[in-house]
Amino acid sequence: MRKGLLAAAAVLAVSLALREDDFALLLLTRVLIVILACLGLNVQFGYAGVVNFAGATFFGVGGYTAAVLARSTAVPHLFILLIGGAAAALAGTILVVPVLRTRGHYAALVTIAFALLFRTFFEVNDALGGPQGLKLPELRIGPVHFNDAIEIGSFFASFYLKYIVLSLLLAALGFAFVLRLERSFIGVALDCIRLDEIAAASFGVDVARWKIVAFTLGNFLIGLAGALSAFMVGFIAPDNYSFGESLIFVSILLLGGLGNPWGLSLASAVVLLLPEKLQVIAEYRFLLFAAVVILILLFRPAGLLPRPLRRLT
Amino acid sequence: MSALLRCRDLSRAFGGLLALEGLDLDVEEGGVLGLIGPNGSGKTTFFNVLTGFFPATRGEVLFAGEPITGLSPQVVYRKGVARTFQRSRLCLPLSIFDNLLIGNHKHLDHRLWSNLVDRRALRRQIEQTFAEARELVRIFDPPLADRLLEPASRIPMIDRRRIEVCRALISRPRLLLLDEPSAGMTQEETMRLMDDILQVKSRLGGLTIILIEHEMTVIERVTERCVVLNYGRKIAEGAYAEIARTPSVREAYLGLE
Repeated sequence: MRKGLLAAAAVLAVSLALREDDFALLLLTRVLIVILACLGLNVQFGYAGVVNFAGATFFGVGGYTAAVLARSTAVPHLFILLIGGAAAALAGTILVVPVLRTRGHYAALVTIAFALLFRTFFEVNDALGGPQGLKLPELRIGPVHFNDAIEIGSFFASFYLKYIVLSLLLAALGFAFVLRLERSFIGVALDCIRLDEIAAASFGVDVARWKIVAFTLGNFLIGLAGALSAFMVGFIAPDNYSFGESLIFVSILLLGGLGNPWGLSLASAVVLLLPEKLQVIAEYRFLLFAAVVILILLFRPAGLLPRPLRRLT
Repeated sequence: MSALLRCRDLSRAFGGLLALEGLDLDVEEGGVLGLIGPNGSGKTTFFNVLTGFFPATRGEVLFAGEPITGLSPQVVYRKGVARTFQRSRLCLPLSIFDNLLIGNHKHLDHRLWSNLVDRRALRRQIEQTFAEARELVRIFDPPLADRLLEPASRIPMIDRRRIEVCRALISRPRLLLLDEPSAGMTQEETMRLMDDILQVKSRLGGLTIILIEHEMTVIERVTERCVVLNYGRKIAEGAYAEIARTPSVREAYLGLE
């Protein structure tokens, strides 16, 4: 709890210091949104052991839901964010049966197939803008218009500061949820399912039920992050939700340390900010970035911050 | 006393192979039954059919007078049957205590609300299970009871066996199925483990045990009655001293020419 408040305060302090720098704040918001999405993936993959290579797809379902609802209905935007998460969770139910029936590589293939299917669906569906995508209206929550700059007397800040506050709030809630889940009997049951389904079933753990719960809760967080991201960018298109993006989510999880929310937060920052910091070396930056990732996994196979042992007492 | 477990004509086929064929078997409440037989004679298959991992192809199992044939492993566990495995199935990356929590799964509250929001009941259950776990593990090995928060990967094989047995015992089952507890242990270690299990049994009162074991000295010492399987069929039943004299058993199993 204290660690979390400290981290949130640090993020706020940095954002305030950079309050006029649009690009820096945009990057920071993206990091926070990706953290939220990866928290969801962590529940699925890190705890229950349900692989999901369609992270970007569920992110996209949240985004498209937000776009359609914000464009054509008067539903308050805060609800639209939540509905985006719910829509992703609902879309996940299509995958429940194959996910429960397959393991390992096969389960990975199922989710990859699903991702390709949905990508095509977004591309050919004219109601969803086809390959050109959709524009979103400005995000409004209560009296706050998110695309207006902040000017109070002599205090000036980029409009992204509002997105930072909102995404920080959602990421913090996601964090609290995931940490509590881990330190609960459900967390123990999920771990046992990941490590040994037969042992789990022998001791009464309803393997199918908890896999579904983990998958659905995870997709909700991913969809919520996707909806927020769509509002922030103001525009969505199928290209934003490619298989490559899904791989980035998974690699953030592995790089950070599977099952550790702090690890994935650090890895989100590394993965999103490092290529930007390396702009000076132009296209070589991806090469260098890939090398850094390989080196980390070579020397720290359990990730930057391996998951610590659970302490319930 | 009445039989806690009653199997009638229990059979299980894998394709054309009859792994278990027409097994009739009764275990009295509070009894210790030894299950012996050569490799592949159907002992572990019997456990797997009993616990719902493999559906029976034919026959019936009554547990405490109730049919449990065809129930899922989860339901069988909830009714009071707990088991250990031939090959260790502890969750090694987790703490010893986490593993024991899994064993106590049926007594723990798994509702989302009490796990995520109002966690008072959760904390109480953690404390209670922790106290029970310490008490139980202390019977097997007092120093181990102080190490419950260490990862299970850090303890030696014998302690892993003990924790596996504790994981099966912590939910206070009525029937304990032990699948070759001696595997990977010395004879003395196995004897000690069995003595400890019997100590728990006398404390719990009414615990019934079925023991699969190759180590005949263990069988001789702890079981009251034995069933010998060969090719999925029961070929003998009785006290160890009797069955050890039966020619067909000696031929099938004890290695008499």
